[in-house]
Amino acid sequence: MSFLSEALWVLLLGSLLGLELIGKVPPTLHTPLMSGANAISGITMLAALTLIIKSGDQLPLLVMGSIALGFALFNVIGGFLVTDRMLAMFSRKSSNGRGNR
Amino acid sequence: MNFAETFKFVIDLVSVFLLALGIKGLSKVRSAREANQLAAFAMLLAVVGLLINSAITIGISFNAFIWIILGSAIGGLLGLVTAQRVPMTAMPETVALFNGCGGMSSLLVAIAVSLFPDGMAYGDSQRGLVEIISIVVSVFVGAITFSGSIIAMAKLQGWLSTPIWTQSKIRHLVNIIFAVFSLVGAFELLITGQSGLWLLVFGSGLLGIGVTLPIGGADMPVVISLLNSYSGVAASAAGFVVGSQLLIVAGAMVGAAGLILTQVMCNGMNRSLVSVLFGGALGDSNTSLGSGDSEYLNITNCSVEECALTLETAERVVVVPGYGLAVAQAQHTLREVTRVLESGGIEVNYAIHPVAGRMPGHMNVLLAEADVPYEQLKEMDTINPEFPATDVVLVLGANDVVNPQAKNDSSSPLYGMPVLDVHEARTVFVIKRGMSAGYSGIKNDLFEMANTSMVFGDAKKVLGDLLVELKELGVGRKL
Repeated sequence: MSFLSEALWVLLLGSLLGLELIGKVPPTLHTPLMSGANAISGITMLAALTLIIKSGDQLPLLVMGSIALGFALFNVIGGFLVTDRMLAMFSRKSSNGRGNR
Repeated sequence: MNFAETFKFVIDLVSVFLLALGIKGLSKVRSAREANQLAAFAMLLAVVGLLINSAITIGISFNAFIWIILGSAIGGLLGLVTAQRVPMTAMPETVALFNGCGGMSSLLVAIAVSLFPDGMAYGDSQRGLVEIISIVVSVFVGAITFSGSIIAMAKLQGWLSTPIWTQSKIRHLVNIIFAVFSLVGAFELLITGQSGLWLLVFGSGLLGIGVTLPIGGADMPVVISLLNSYSGVAASAAGFVVGSQLLIVAGAMVGAAGLILTQVMCNGMNRSLVSVLFGGALGDSNTSLGSGDSEYLNITNCSVEECALTLETAERVVVVPGYGLAVAQAQHTLREVTRVLESGGIEVNYAIHPVAGRMPGHMNVLLAEADVPYEQLKEMDTINPEFPATDVVLVLGANDVVNPQAKNDSSSPLYGMPVLDVHEARTVFVIKRGMSAGYSGIKNDLFEMANTSMVFGDAKKVLGDLLVELKELGVGRKL
């Protein structure tokens, strides 16, 4: 049960860390933060990758893993890019008026 | 611990550290963009670490490689295109869509592991209850996240309205039935380790729909934020399924962060999470158009010309942007109007209520898109003491957040909600499509006050007309 007990500690500490990290955010950043956190939750792509790698070449596992990976990457790539787009608009003013959308 | 394991361990630690730094950095305006890139880098690092470790230890077969490339290419490309195409006003539904896909991913992994239990992370000795429990959690949360997010997106896009029956008590019964289905499925899966999976999948999927469908447009951001939190939990559960501590930590961080954000949003609207989830829609802004006409008695109607004339003589103007501005996509026209005012020597500020727009901070994003200087965006606590010294307030598509009832009338359902004290300004212009009620469906006393004038029309059109009038008056023309 060592993985389980370790994993439960990790779960507990990770949750506490999450609570602390977000504590003091200006309202301006709530939408970008939500979008960024959403992109990070796409880390589940690691699970999809593991599934494919350990599939032992069983076709159903490969296909499901691949679809799961696609969904996760859609979340990750789209999430980070959209967050960057939003944040770029905040920093545009400080970078002498030029900036991309 | 051999080399490959140590390598993986170090990479995982660094990734988690960078992810935490990323989330932390996202909470400061200056560092936010770099923090986002840092988090993206951390994610890439974690993926590379996993791939290299697997390549060394168990090897990645050619077939696996092909399917990895295929999945990543399709998903990544769609994400890229979506992120670039989507307009800023559609941000909440976009986040919902991404979120749903994250949930779907965790769901699929759990289903796959459940159907084909061979060769997954746990050695044969440790497979059993832990894995089954994490599969159950992952399926349950993943399915709710997916179906709930898709419904949320469809409702925000206007593809779905709130069905009448979901406003009656029946919906609780229906949801309880779905919940019982999921529970039965979950127990069956726990006991047999195999059957009951599909009952759990469909039960929780339907539960996600049943819970999200009755919720009105105004509360939707809260739900998205909550579902965002769920997708973190789903990722964490998937971490238990495949035995990845990195996934568990990252998922837990996102889950906790989502909860905090959800709480912040609820506070801003003076609603409890329970009433958002189970109270149903208070008054859907789409369905109640024009229904409140007769309740108002002393409305001062006013033309765009009068509004322009008053603005011309003002010294300090405060703009209160709201949901209506976002819907009308009028932020660029607004910016043109305020540019004219500013070049006429008029001081312009923007009062941003914590829940203005469709999500906290959404309005800031929209105004930033329209090039409004960050310093002019004032938060509620900063701007409220300044209203008595303000000549003109322009309320653009905001309603409940400027309702003085929240301060004065202890019998009002809004009582206690923090509002902008616009009624303390000398003159208030409310630009609105009609006399429809706000999210809450509650009458707004502000509209009947002596210093308030209503300008009816679509925010974008009214602002366009206002711009023409102001230019005709010669405001801002440098001589």
